Amino acid sequence: MSGDDHHPPLLHADRSVRATRVLAIRQLLIDKGVVTAAEVDDVVARSRARTPADGAKVVARAWTDDAFRGRLLSDARAAVGELDYRLSHDAELAVVENTAEVHHLVVCTLCSCYPTSLLGPPPDWYKSFAYRQRAVIEPRAVLREFGLELPAAMGLSVVDSTADVRYLVLPRRPSGTEGMSQDDLAGLVTRDSMIGVAEAASP
Amino acid sequence: MGLGIAEGDRVTVRADEVAHHHRTPWFVKGKSGIVRRVHGAFPNPESRAHGGTGMPERRLCQVEFRQSDLWGREYCGRPDDVLLADIFEQWLEPVRRG
Repeated sequence: MSGDDHHPPLLHADRSVRATRVLAIRQLLIDKGVVTAAEVDDVVARSRARTPADGAKVVARAWTDDAFRGRLLSDARAAVGELDYRLSHDAELAVVENTAEVHHLVVCTLCSCYPTSLLGPPPDWYKSFAYRQRAVIEPRAVLREFGLELPAAMGLSVVDSTADVRYLVLPRRPSGTEGMSQDDLAGLVTRDSMIGVAEAASP
Repeated sequence: MGLGIAEGDRVTVRADEVAHHHRTPWFVKGKSGIVRRVHGAFPNPESRAHGGTGMPERRLCQVEFRQSDLWGREYCGRPDDVLLADIFEQWLEPVRRG
């Protein structure tokens, strides 16, 4: 690789160890012909093309259309397709529903699997070792630190996305939102409420 | 092994320690739970991660474990709190009822 002066310099004073490592691996994969630079850029661009506002649209539709809600829970890929979200075939999507009886919290203990096709890239804390370890063994304490105290009577279901399925939480519709439009409802659906570390916002 | 697994079945996760890449978290190995959903078949990550094709595809099952079964007394929550994890069928064995 000597003399490859068209590569950006890997070592850079302003770059973290982690960023340097990622760039080095990316360059090795390109040099070895495993992927092309364009393929890497395409994956990054597709991930950044989505934001939590996209997931929020899906949730608001489910809150206002019971038949859609049913389809979303049984076949999420087909249901979001009705809203013109075409998911890639890299991963499957499933939606879990919060109710008065059970709250869901999503984590990926093995890496950082996340429904990027609807929410965009995950927040940094979602990828941290602390969250990935503590969300399974002491989830109620983790929720408390996020400001969510679950009622003692409510069950908790932690969803570990260990393989090919990405999970989105369908939060409970807040009270006092009767008659609100889908657009206004979507404004109450935060990223954190679709991961399960928060409830949807109140109007 | 695992071919007849269906929703509602009680299964035990194999307790195997393997050196290759796999998607079965340590804390469910040897534990029993209930299959809540069969997601369908996906390329086998244990082959794909090591240069293989991932074929044949293996079925992926969502298994529900009781948190108290996973962590014992360390778990500070409700006794009916659960953890759902997606486990490939080759890691699952049916629990035989006596």
